[in-house]
Amino acid sequence: MSAVVPAVEVPEVAPRKQGGNALRWLLWFAIGFVALALLRVSTGANDINSTGALRAALVASIPIALAGLGGLWSERAGVVNIGLEGMMIVGTLGAGYMGYQHGVIAGVLGALVFGAIGGVLHAVATVIFGVDHIVSGVAINIMAVGIAGFLAEQFFADLPGGGPTQSPPLPHAWSLNIGPLDDLCREMAGKGIFLVSDAFSLLGVLVGGFNALTMLALLLAVATWWILWHTAFGLRIRSVGESPSAAESLGVNVYFYKFVAVTVSGALAGLGGAYLAMVSFSGYQNGQTGGLGYIGLAALIFGNWRPGGLMIGAGIFGYTQAIQLRGGTESLHALLLGIAVALVCVAVWQARRRLWSKVIGAGLGALVFFVWFFATDEVPRHFTGMAPYVTTLLVLALFAQQLRMPAADGQTYRKGSAG
Amino acid sequence: MNAVRTMLARLGWSLVAPVLALVIAGIITSLILAVTGNNVSGFWDTILTVPSERQLANILNYAGILYLAGIACAIGFRMNLFNIGVEGQYRVGSFAAAVVAGEAWLPGRWNIAFAILVAMLAGAVWAGIAGILRVTRGVSEVISTIMLNAIAGLLVGFLIAKVGVSTGNSTNTKRIPGESTSEGTSLFGLFSGPSIYTLLFLSVLSGLVFWWVLNRTTFGFNLRATGTSETAAVASGVSVKKMVVVSMLMSGAVAGLVGMPVLFGQAHNYGSSFEAGLGFAGIAVALLGRNHPIGVAFGALIFAFLQERAAVLNILAGVSPDIVAVSQGIIVLAVVIAYEVVRRYRIKREQAAVGRALARTDTVEVAP
Repeated sequence: MSAVVPAVEVPEVAPRKQGGNALRWLLWFAIGFVALALLRVSTGANDINSTGALRAALVASIPIALAGLGGLWSERAGVVNIGLEGMMIVGTLGAGYMGYQHGVIAGVLGALVFGAIGGVLHAVATVIFGVDHIVSGVAINIMAVGIAGFLAEQFFADLPGGGPTQSPPLPHAWSLNIGPLDDLCREMAGKGIFLVSDAFSLLGVLVGGFNALTMLALLLAVATWWILWHTAFGLRIRSVGESPSAAESLGVNVYFYKFVAVTVSGALAGLGGAYLAMVSFSGYQNGQTGGLGYIGLAALIFGNWRPGGLMIGAGIFGYTQAIQLRGGTESLHALLLGIAVALVCVAVWQARRRLWSKVIGAGLGALVFFVWFFATDEVPRHFTGMAPYVTTLLVLALFAQQLRMPAADGQTYRKGSAG
Repeated sequence: MNAVRTMLARLGWSLVAPVLALVIAGIITSLILAVTGNNVSGFWDTILTVPSERQLANILNYAGILYLAGIACAIGFRMNLFNIGVEGQYRVGSFAAAVVAGEAWLPGRWNIAFAILVAMLAGAVWAGIAGILRVTRGVSEVISTIMLNAIAGLLVGFLIAKVGVSTGNSTNTKRIPGESTSEGTSLFGLFSGPSIYTLLFLSVLSGLVFWWVLNRTTFGFNLRATGTSETAAVASGVSVKKMVVVSMLMSGAVAGLVGMPVLFGQAHNYGSSFEAGLGFAGIAVALLGRNHPIGVAFGALIFAFLQERAAVLNILAGVSPDIVAVSQGIIVLAVVIAYEVVRRYRIKREQAAVGRALARTDTVEVAP
């Protein structure tokens, strides 16, 4: 007698088209662009997508993105990396020291190496000794603050223009500057024509001082996506993060791949540090990272452990930071309206799917933001600082069902436990 | 006799790892100093000098505060709940207490007691958010507490700007009236002046309560059971969800106490100069002490000792005091690695012992 087993319905999964993904990203990008343009016209907050604001947003986003990419490598291999912040800190120091002594390229390499050393330390502790990932990360963060402060005093205290807590100004990375085009963009962007001016201010970011390190970071994002999702090597890295025992039973050297991934993670976070020291600021300073490593982690979660998503997360978080630093209380205030309208759209969309509880949630949220927009004149700067963290908490709380982190993320794996 | 021996053996084994970690940290620190061309012997001379009475008082004060942070972390750690958020919880708690105490709704000592309760409540609420998110939405408490730390810093900054009083170059909460401050104690004449925070008794109290709850109550048993094996705990009827929320609340309440000794004993108001970073130091101290009430005390004393000696490092040996933070980080990492290595070694030894014992009985049976 065998029990009747109900046929398992295999849900039909549409094969994902290669081009479809890119098209979807482009579509989202276009929607964001038009939305900002609409917001600018309707509220008169011109700084909301001016070239200056967009450039500042890009510069603020890149370190977050690099830290997030670092987190992606490590967490895709199943190692939670709270130590990103620390690896970023030693990265700033590496860039400061090597960059001052031997120029831009050496600075970038120095940051990569310093960050990678942090990664190796994390890998030794978590992969070989099986230490809890959080514990190791916290220890690395404590250590990094100390070592950066200690070495900074050693390196920079007696240099001209330097001090015990900061390096002398570092050489600038090359940036792309097409003078005539830049002027044209500035002129057209100043005219305030709907969509046209907005397009030119976006173009202005590309032709007026587009930094080589920014380009490198964007290329690394694409490279990460390609390596992790389109090569055998990447598949193995992801497999040790999803199911190390299954990977090992197929002959994958779990320790090796975890080790490599965590080291790369450290190097990327270190590069984020280099970007901070050489592009965002003009040199190394103690405490320069200011928790950006954690925001990178937040971007990673916001992006559902996917490269595209995390770049968008980094973009949003960087944008809010940049707007705040430009003193754009007006822009921030305008953004409240944008969020409110976006929530209304969500509510309408959920209504079509007849998910009434979500409609009510989104509707209430929209109401709160509408009231906030019309009842106040500006947003306190502390609140914009909070935006990344609150967003992450909300995303985690509201979309926990849709989020999927690597299955074996944070678990310690002992070699040979596949049996 | 046998019981004493096993106890001594247990004590010996639990000391191996921390001692090993301290030695390793010492070696690595010396190496770093040597490589960077610093005065290694000067460093050790300075670190290992017997502290003066005033320094001893500082060490004790700082250790007491670290101990509170350590216990707050240890409560969660005991059940594998990583409350990284002690940092944020003690800030929210200290701020709330400072505001309430500054308003002085109650006279004298009552004001202190009330403010302490408020601090515990505020800390508990802040930690509770992470607990609730964990049990209702499955959000990892590690991530949520990291986010809540950042939010706490900004929220408190915002509120100080709103309700604080500007005193020239900085904005702080309203000053606590003199009748509601605690002068400090000389510990029954042990110290020549009132140099020890009176409210450090909170540390002793928290340690005792933690020990008692952990070892003498059902809740404590459940806590340890959940930490050792969650599945086994669930099977024996422990509601893990309830445990998570309750231990998060307790952890947050103790975290709220962290700022109290300084607030009432020294600072008398809360502002941007209020010490930060105690939450992360608490994590380190808890790990160093294996989340045991007595172990954490030793961890706190070691960290406080290092911190106090670091202050004179630059003057006496020309070494940057930041090196002590490096040592502290190495200690934390080394201690967890050492525990793991010792654990693996003990398992191996036990297996070998069992193997030998089995081999012996085999020969007995085979022998005619």
